[in-house]
Amino acid sequence: MAMQLSRRDFLKSTAAGAAVLVVGMNSKGVLAAGKAETVVNPFVRIHQDGIVTVIAKHFEMGQGTTTGLTTLVAEELDADWRTIKVEFAPADPEKYKNLFWGSQGTGGSTAIANSFMQYREAGTAARELLVNAAANKWGVDAADIAVSNGILTAGTKQGHFGDFIEQAMALTPSEKPTLKSHDQFKLIGKLDLPRKDSQSKTDGSAMFAMDIKIPGMVYAVIQRSPRFGGVVTSFDTSEAKKVAGFVDAKALPNKAGVVVFAKNTWSAFQARNAIQTEWDYSAAESRSIADMTASHRELTRSPEFDTGKVSRVQAQTSISGAAQIVDAEFVFPFLSHAPLEPLNCVIEPTENGVKFHDGCQSPSLVQGAVGHVLGLQPEQIEINTVYAGGSFGRRATPIADYQVEAALAFVLLGEKTPVKLVWSREDDIRGGYYRAMAVHTANIGLDGGGKILGWDHRIATKSIMKGTPFENFAVHNGVDNSSVEGVADTLYNLPNMAVGLSDFKSAIPVLWWRSVGHTHTAYAMESLLDMIAHETGQDPIEMRLGLLDRADDKQRRMAGVIEAARDLSGWQKKDKRGFAAHFSFNTWVAVVADITVNGQQVHVDKLHIAVDCGVAVNPDVIRAQMEGGAGYGLGAVLRNEITFEDGEVVQSNFPDYPPLRITDMPEVEVAIVASAEAPSGVGEPAVPPAGPAVANAIFAVTGQRITQLPMSKSGFQFV
Amino acid sequence: MLYTLNINGHSRSVEAEPATPLLWVIRDELNLTGTKFGCGVAACGACTVHFNGTPIRSCSFPVDGAADNEITTIEGLRGQVAEAVQQAWREKDVVQCGYCQSGQIMSAVGLLSSNPSPSDSDIDGAMAGNACRCATYVRIRDAIKLASKKLEV
Repeated sequence: MAMQLSRRDFLKSTAAGAAVLVVGMNSKGVLAAGKAETVVNPFVRIHQDGIVTVIAKHFEMGQGTTTGLTTLVAEELDADWRTIKVEFAPADPEKYKNLFWGSQGTGGSTAIANSFMQYREAGTAARELLVNAAANKWGVDAADIAVSNGILTAGTKQGHFGDFIEQAMALTPSEKPTLKSHDQFKLIGKLDLPRKDSQSKTDGSAMFAMDIKIPGMVYAVIQRSPRFGGVVTSFDTSEAKKVAGFVDAKALPNKAGVVVFAKNTWSAFQARNAIQTEWDYSAAESRSIADMTASHRELTRSPEFDTGKVSRVQAQTSISGAAQIVDAEFVFPFLSHAPLEPLNCVIEPTENGVKFHDGCQSPSLVQGAVGHVLGLQPEQIEINTVYAGGSFGRRATPIADYQVEAALAFVLLGEKTPVKLVWSREDDIRGGYYRAMAVHTANIGLDGGGKILGWDHRIATKSIMKGTPFENFAVHNGVDNSSVEGVADTLYNLPNMAVGLSDFKSAIPVLWWRSVGHTHTAYAMESLLDMIAHETGQDPIEMRLGLLDRADDKQRRMAGVIEAARDLSGWQKKDKRGFAAHFSFNTWVAVVADITVNGQQVHVDKLHIAVDCGVAVNPDVIRAQMEGGAGYGLGAVLRNEITFEDGEVVQSNFPDYPPLRITDMPEVEVAIVASAEAPSGVGEPAVPPAGPAVANAIFAVTGQRITQLPMSKSGFQFV
Repeated sequence: MLYTLNINGHSRSVEAEPATPLLWVIRDELNLTGTKFGCGVAACGACTVHFNGTPIRSCSFPVDGAADNEITTIEGLRGQVAEAVQQAWREKDVVQCGYCQSGQIMSAVGLLSSNPSPSDSDIDGAMAGNACRCATYVRIRDAIKLASKKLEV
């Protein structure tokens, strides 16, 4: 709501002829200032009343990006934090691309990392223009002007940003305006900088796509095949016609489901329940979970692909004379992302094409996929990005699944009527795009002194990237990096380590799930290291430190977070606690877990988390992401699994896919390692180590090693 | 059927089937979108509103049972307890994606209205039905305690 108001205010003010200074890049890609039409990709807009608006090229799913991008601009501009606003950029990859990807989208914990210099430069360019404009107007030296909280001062003269807009528009920014040095930062690194989205998210006014309503809009839900890969053969709407508000029902062109249209959401759900559909399952996944697990196990026996560091023969040869062997198999279930806002979006016709209202994670993917379906050029597809009620990866699929569904529904209704496509929670739990099931098998040989001689590690899982536009850069020699990341690129020095991979084949759609491959690889690796430490009588933390070479920068930072978590938690040798550490998305996280066990009842009491993410732009957002990431990881490993019976998903909603509750949530203490390195991401990296830290604590206390997830299947109750 | 609902102190007329959940009347007909749809089976709490001052899950409450009772949504929250809770939520920066937070706040206001100094287990009891997929629970607990403190003064 706040953002829509600000956009309306902007239009009103420009219509009234009020001056607005816009700073960003011009068509040549260099910093420029002027009116909206002369600056093609604005990052900063300053109204005549002095209010600054930051244009966020990344969406907000809760990870704090709107606060982070605003901090970068406000820091260099010396803007007033209390009044600075933020709104989402339109879909325009040329102007608002993720600099790491070349396309417009958010993910992989890259938002602050790729924007750190770009948004600061836009802020400092705007500051320089305003200062020079004030110097001209006042007839003073620019060096004598101070800027603080949006106010320029020189001696007795004082004015706010808006007072200098007209003069500033006529100036050209330097090609490389001077940035602050880190010791000059006032907002970056500030401990208690309030989030920009707190107000609207605590008074009900924050707008999510689910809240968008357009005059004449029709609501659409889809009856999808109970088995992935099934197709509609016939459907009967005679009962649905009796539901008040029912409009129509039509099969999707690819027969993957039946679209049900109605005048409101509830009628659409009711009408869908009343439709009888016959399905052809001849190409569908029809196996049950036991068969799928057996198939994964079989696949780990002889890996299809070799990640190449060391051959499997070499690993096996190194193990053959070992004094001690550590053997383990880990089974990880399919998982649903289950963001609390079920998937939905609104599509409406425009003069030139269509417009989406969407908590849009990747405008580029939507423009590509929808453009293909509707025969439109990307620029004919406008996107109004609104807040997303969580994503955890689900809102970005390579084929833009739910936006394409909305586009198809829009076509089925004649392309004139705005359509809101809504998924129910059951659709979400049963509708796919899961974290892929995975099985890991490892054989590790140790000498008499507990030293690792060789490591034969095999993984079976369905590839996320194969068959998508990302295959070219993510798959090499048959190995989908997202299947093995966290094992094949471990920072520990593990001699003679072979990592093999086999792809599980199924019609079940799989997807990146907050921290992607690390969701399972960290659990396997950190459990295995804990097993080695216990088997050989070593302290789990000391043993890990011994596997790291501090001459290597990444390994040094890994050792740094391990020590920081050790010190934060007051870890002592022989403590009955759990430890795990993991490197992902260029961020290092280490966790010490404290638990209480009473018979078979386990409560996770506290997580002590240390993180090194380079410069801490927003320390409180980083803390929040450590709390939330660890909580998300913990919720999944404790109780969550998606299973199948004859190809149909067994679970359907939160009662049988139970989310982490407040009663489960441990205390969390966070130490942020001081760093002057470039900032990396924090949205994902707390997820991977939380689960294995708790698993290792359960072993320390009970002697039971949990190798099949969720943990609730191992006879423990989590209270 | 035509219903007259007392929502946020206003009388509003809506046409709805008797079994329609209050949630969908509030959202789709009355355009009060602060109350959220999360699961539809009273398992996540995103749809929490007050029914004569007591938190209920509006997704599983038929509109037929709502007429002639006082319904309060996040948009209509007023008073000392609500202010203390919303202020505490902002001071602690509880929110992440924010989608569950209307429901969390409605449950917290319900708790503190009847029990201004809740223990940890009181908080567990009142808040366990409100799921937050971002796991902002550490701060939800802190914010409830902070709001409780604000109410003491």
